[in-house]
Amino acid sequence: MKALVAVKRVIDYNVKIRVKADKTGVETANVKMSMNPFDEIAVEEALRLREAGIVSEIIAVSLGVAQCQETIRTALAMGADRGVLVQTDVELQPLAVAKLLKAVILQENPELVIIGKQAIDDDCNQTGQMLSALLGWPQATFASKVKISDGHAEVTREVDGGLETVSIKLPAVITTDLRLNEPRYASLPNIMRAKKKPIVTTTPEALGVDVTPRLTVVKVEEPPKREGGRKVGSVAELVDKLKTEARVI
Amino acid sequence: MAALVIAEHDNRALKPATLNAVAAADEIAAGEIDILVAGKDCRAVAEAAAKIPGARKVLLADDPAYDHGLAENLAPLIVRLAANYSHLLATATTSGKNLMPRVAALLDVMQISDISAVVSPDTFVRPIYAGNALATVQSKDPVKVITVRGTAFPPVEAEGGNAPVEPVAPTDAAGLSEFVGAELSKSERPELTSARIVISGGRGMQSGDNFHLLEKVADRLGAAVGASRAAVDAGFVPNDYQVGQTGKIVAPELYIAVGISGAIQHLAGMKDSKVIVAINKDEEAPIFQIADYGLVGDLFKILPELADELERRQ
Repeated sequence: MKALVAVKRVIDYNVKIRVKADKTGVETANVKMSMNPFDEIAVEEALRLREAGIVSEIIAVSLGVAQCQETIRTALAMGADRGVLVQTDVELQPLAVAKLLKAVILQENPELVIIGKQAIDDDCNQTGQMLSALLGWPQATFASKVKISDGHAEVTREVDGGLETVSIKLPAVITTDLRLNEPRYASLPNIMRAKKKPIVTTTPEALGVDVTPRLTVVKVEEPPKREGGRKVGSVAELVDKLKTEARVI
Repeated sequence: MAALVIAEHDNRALKPATLNAVAAADEIAAGEIDILVAGKDCRAVAEAAAKIPGARKVLLADDPAYDHGLAENLAPLIVRLAANYSHLLATATTSGKNLMPRVAALLDVMQISDISAVVSPDTFVRPIYAGNALATVQSKDPVKVITVRGTAFPPVEAEGGNAPVEPVAPTDAAGLSEFVGAELSKSERPELTSARIVISGGRGMQSGDNFHLLEKVADRLGAAVGASRAAVDAGFVPNDYQVGQTGKIVAPELYIAVGISGAIQHLAGMKDSKVIVAINKDEEAPIFQIADYGLVGDLFKILPELADELERRQ
């Protein structure tokens, strides 16, 4: 079966972000960008399913500015077969992303879609659920284990109380949690090989999708700073402070 | 304006996080808040929800299709009910996060995830970038679909009201998904997200067995036990212990971080705690920068000493 993975270009998770002085957003100029870590896990899972003989082809899709091409190349270097870039300078919100992915999926007909449970920039945690709703497909979110057989996926999900297992009919959308797998690094030969793999570029207009943002960002601010840094010298002093100064025990 | 709050429950009891979601709804549509209890054999939950003083009425959808909260079955029900409401709210827990975007997409609206403040009925504050920035966003959609960060809204009272319980007809099961089973952690300790005191361990704990040192302190304090991602990834403790950007968000009166260096992804889950204590052998660990009280030293000496000191002074 064909699998489709969606990969988002985000500020690298190690970068300490800075809020712009005019409060319009977060500084992205001259900042290291990487693939959303949850999407790396999605790519890795698709690769493992291909290595297990279940998946035959992996299509990596990214949506946004022209540089998202680099994110697709990373997925191709990890082992995905080909890429689709939906290029636009409009800030894409999850509903628009889900609609664009749906349009690509109707062209590509994958039986399995794997994407990260959330992007570490907007922390929305919406796209996979929205996509499966728009397609009328089942969803298995926050996956920590995936087993595919007989037209079904049995997925173990990380939930607040522990773990839960659901069985969903394919085609379906799965969103990845942290412990699903450990993504591989792309080797140098594979990075070279990835440069020759095809990437098709399209646009929201060509796909017939209105991507006008539904949410307006009024402002972006820094959170209040914590005044920390005080040290105590002993356990007795700590307990003392907690009892008499902080009064929390 | 009227709001529908989706109750979180296990068919037996109402989860306390529901009270935080009602608190957020109260800031939007006070006096016009209905609560939906959808489940199987869950009348007791509906009766509990009816006691919430802010509730106008409780809608009870009792059907086998809603037994395990499968989003494929629940979303069409909420979409059908949505015509009567300007706002649909659920908790930003794994169940709310799983369900509400599906509802939003079917209604063709953007969800507003994980709100931490209500500015006005169409404008909300939500943390982005692991809480390192706060975005104020305004929705132009006719229905606002919202998940609520529980720690940002003190819970409303659970008792004192007497709202009517109205049954609502179920929708058909979607037939797309099935519940297979669950492995839920059992603990005598308070629940992590609502505990007054939380003590968490990180990579510095070195093994799952060593968590008993934390548990001893937790027992003296009546605290919940949490962990950093590193400790969960290393297999020391189960996934439901994880505090952080993509795990649980906690904001207790007292948070004690033990052997946790303080990666931004962890801080995202606990930095709104009232008082933070850090215990770490590395005095350069970033956790100390946000800790109200830092104690540098070997946690394997400090934890037993702390348990003894707490016992002595109780």
